[in-house]
Amino acid sequence: MEGSFVLMLTIFVLALFVGVEVITKVPPTLHTPLMSGSNAISGITIIGAIIAAGSDSGGFITFLGFLAVVLAMVNVVGGFAVTNRMLQMFQTKKKGA
Amino acid sequence: MQSWIPLAYLVSASFFIIGLKRLSSPRTAVQGNVLASIGMAVAIIATLLLAEVVSYIGVFIGMLVGGIAGAVFAQRVQMTSMPQMVAIFNGLGGAASALVAAAELLRLKAQGIDAEASVSIPIVLGTVIGAVTLTGSFVAFAKLQELMRGNAVVFAGQQMINGGIALAILAFGGLVIADPTSVASFWILMLVACALGALLVIPIGGADMPVVISLLNSYSGLAACATGFVIENQGLVISGSLVGASGLILTQIMCKAMNRSLGNVIFGAFGAEASAQAGAAASTGTVKSGSAEDAAAILDAAQSVIIVPGYGLAVAQAQHAVRELGDELIKRGIEVRYAIHPVAGRMPGHMNVLLAEADVPYDMLVEMEEINSSFPRTDVAIVVGANDVTNPAAREDTSSPIYGMPILDVDKARTCMVIKRSMNPGFAGIDNPLYTAERTMMLFGDAKGMAEDMVKAMKDL
Repeated sequence: MEGSFVLMLTIFVLALFVGVEVITKVPPTLHTPLMSGSNAISGITIIGAIIAAGSDSGGFITFLGFLAVVLAMVNVVGGFAVTNRMLQMFQTKKKGA
Repeated sequence: MQSWIPLAYLVSASFFIIGLKRLSSPRTAVQGNVLASIGMAVAIIATLLLAEVVSYIGVFIGMLVGGIAGAVFAQRVQMTSMPQMVAIFNGLGGAASALVAAAELLRLKAQGIDAEASVSIPIVLGTVIGAVTLTGSFVAFAKLQELMRGNAVVFAGQQMINGGIALAILAFGGLVIADPTSVASFWILMLVACALGALLVIPIGGADMPVVISLLNSYSGLAACATGFVIENQGLVISGSLVGASGLILTQIMCKAMNRSLGNVIFGAFGAEASAQAGAAASTGTVKSGSAEDAAAILDAAQSVIIVPGYGLAVAQAQHAVRELGDELIKRGIEVRYAIHPVAGRMPGHMNVLLAEADVPYDMLVEMEEINSSFPRTDVAIVVGANDVTNPAAREDTSSPIYGMPILDVDKARTCMVIKRSMNPGFAGIDNPLYTAERTMMLFGDAKGMAEDMVKAMKDL
């Protein structure tokens, strides 16, 4: 248990560094799509939501999980879809220019 | 048999990282977003195949309902309303993380497992961050959607109340960590965190929204991350920290662009102070106003024009009309560029998206640092719905509340045209000496209507 916590913490810190490296290269012109796209990625919490909703823990816990699935899914689908919509606009521009 | 599932999360996280990397250029960005969504699909499918997931009906109904709602929102939202949309999505993500943390706490209790600190601390963190993200985002949404006053709302004893709430969070958080079976303390903790989120955003004025939205974006990632620690899932931890890092970087960029510290944005109640002063320091100089025809005559003689968009462009939905004006100028062989201040609009990159929607090629958009040296050699600067980011007081007047904030030097152009509805001070309520400057011509009117009139007047020349 303790060992796995340290491992998780290690992953967390390393991922933060990767995040900083990758994100600083995104140009300001794409900052809005970056936000909506990374927002969709934060919908990854759907993993926890599915486990909570699907593991048959009983009444209220399943209900909380169900709610979490709905909210996270709005986040995921809406986030990726709206990001795609925005990025398409940047792309047609390239061809038109 | 299930040992491949953690590998699937690794694959999914790799897709996210590659996807974000592809966002570094408008050319590869669409592909990047597709890759990230594939990563998400991989993670979801792997999770559905976990041994613990046994009942699917609720999960599928939830995914269907949420998926359809998300798709409809994404399809319908106007580009000008993107900050509100991102705020809402942040809030929902935060809420989902808080709910997962709650479900896990209840499950541990039901199964009689005494959670160790390595689990109960992330439960508390996930709940608090998630709940703050939820209510903070909804207040931000209400302000942006103008459902409530956008200005800073300040009341007596605000800091005291916030301090009290912060103490309560520490106390109840401590109780839950010490005894993870105390469900009552947990729910109080969640409620108090919800209150804190709302109270923290209420005093923040509209012009500071880019910082708030970036910060909430970061929180939604960190909440997911905490949830990852709770259910011991690396996929969640990696993805959550990527988003957390992204939001923090954007927050930092926004603060720098306003020359203010994060603490000052959150606790400064900036807009309120400033509007109190604005009445006293009403402008004394003479205002020169012109018509669309006057503007057209000057523009016709110009060789170089820089257009400076701001939040007013979004409010008036003027992006297409402004593009037409730009096209009309280009047709006459005039050099046209768009100057983008990092905090123009209500979220990072807001103006870029609007101009992209109006089919303005992105290479015509120039960042502040690059374009500022060009203003003295520019014939006309046209300010469309931007205010504080063009205020020369930020450069010269040490007593101005925005002194020190980097601005676009539009006042150095040979002529500066300002399209504005009236002389009312902007969102931050600060007097703008640009409007009474020698070389400034005020074009009073709605941004969209005025841009259209200018195009017409140019064609009639």
